[in-house]
Amino acid sequence: MATKVVSPPTSDPSQQLLKPKSRRKILRFLMGGSLAGVWMSLVYPLVRYLIPPAEANVATNEALAGAVGELKPNSAKTFRFGTHPALLIRLPNGEYQSMSAVCTHLGCTVQYQPGTQQVWCPCHNGRYDLNGRNIQGPPPRPLVTFDVKLRGEEIHVSRRQDA
Amino acid sequence: MSGPEIVRQWIDERVDLREMFAPLMEKTVPRHRFSHWYLLGGVTLFLFGVQVCTGLLLLLYYRPSMSEAYESVQYITNRVAFGWLVRSVHAWSANLMIFMAFAHMFSVAFLRAYRKPRELTWMSGMVLLFLCLGFGFSGYLLPWNMLSFFATKVGTEVPGRMPVIGHATLLFMRGGEDVGGATLARFFSLHVVVLPAITASMVLLHLLLVQKFGMSVPPSVEKEGHRFGSKVKFFPNYFLRDVMTWSVALMVLLVLAVIFPVELGKKADPFGSAPAGIRPEWYFLSQFQTLRLLPATILHIDGEVIGALAFGLAGALWVALPLLEGRLGRNGSRWARISVLGALVYLASTTLYAYFTT
Repeated sequence: MATKVVSPPTSDPSQQLLKPKSRRKILRFLMGGSLAGVWMSLVYPLVRYLIPPAEANVATNEALAGAVGELKPNSAKTFRFGTHPALLIRLPNGEYQSMSAVCTHLGCTVQYQPGTQQVWCPCHNGRYDLNGRNIQGPPPRPLVTFDVKLRGEEIHVSRRQDA
Repeated sequence: MSGPEIVRQWIDERVDLREMFAPLMEKTVPRHRFSHWYLLGGVTLFLFGVQVCTGLLLLLYYRPSMSEAYESVQYITNRVAFGWLVRSVHAWSANLMIFMAFAHMFSVAFLRAYRKPRELTWMSGMVLLFLCLGFGFSGYLLPWNMLSFFATKVGTEVPGRMPVIGHATLLFMRGGEDVGGATLARFFSLHVVVLPAITASMVLLHLLLVQKFGMSVPPSVEKEGHRFGSKVKFFPNYFLRDVMTWSVALMVLLVLAVIFPVELGKKADPFGSAPAGIRPEWYFLSQFQTLRLLPATILHIDGEVIGALAFGLAGALWVALPLLEGRLGRNGSRWARISVLGALVYLASTTLYAYFTT
């Protein structure tokens, strides 16, 4: 007579955990998790390495733009204002005007056009008036304008206090 | 037995040359009235080879730093024997390679060779085209002249305007807030190490896929009953046609490089104004013109942000063309044809518009 072996019902939850299928699941989870952890610990520094560290943002408030008499009326020059180029314009009436030379559209360096007495960006044909207001083309915002002060023979340009 | 024959036999005994080259020897190319379009991919690959060779030669003298880059290119052009020729061939070959890649892409698109099962071939080809554009963009900066400086400034600013990841992308591309020595170093390593390595593996994948599926017969030709049509053996028949085309390409390249040697222009001045008449290389003119035409703001969003997003979306849709065509069911092929024609008309018209108005 054949004897039938009946396995006792598993009511104990810890015994259920040890079933081969669930054991595989747990092991896969642990192995997968630690592998993912190892990969992340490689990828994170790599991504951080690719993005350069932030530069010390030394806010420039003033710069030497040039010398009196350097510019004829209705002409302009670019000069260095901190880490960016800026524009010094001598208006036809002899007064000075200064503004950032970085186009607000896509960052090209603008130039003064004596013919139209406008500031023009050759990259995408944007135009600004002498107060830096964007008047034509794609620039979305006006140029930042600066205060101009004459100290003896030197022309100094400074950031506007209200800006 | 002669020397070369002994060597051939020695190798053959070890690797079985016949079996090794069997796929190539058995390969056939369908012959029909559009067969000549198959040559474009080969010419593009040939020109890539020219780029690798001339690029290696330029590397012997080029120095990638802000203070030396321009001067070293000047040295190559003016002092090194035939340096002007090597540089000119490199620049012209780059332009021709990109032109051929575009021509190849449009021929594939018009003949609808991207249909199942060749979707992955199309996508790998698109990745190769983007890599070509990456080569063009990164290589353009290396002479460090005025044009390249501002082209890079604008070219890195556009992805920099993307929402959320824009600024990080800009920093990653420039190596800092502004275009400078760090950008030059990054672009140099990208141009001579990273892109060539990725491109080589992509070319291999593309060729393996072409080899696996064979050349696609256009649906219109298939309808005419090409199924029973003629074929030519790839080796040596079609391969010789390839070699002939490459020879013509090489001659055209040399003529262009000698008669119109590339100029160097003025050294980049990060604090000088952008020169009048500035514009990017012809293959970016379409995007350039689009950015010029977009208004300052669209629905309270800056025009260039919309532009940057639109370029990304259009590129993604174009890569997914075979999948979209499948999704659209019966009307798919008609829509695909209209899109391909529309893309060609848009690219060509904006490029010509920019060319004649700047």
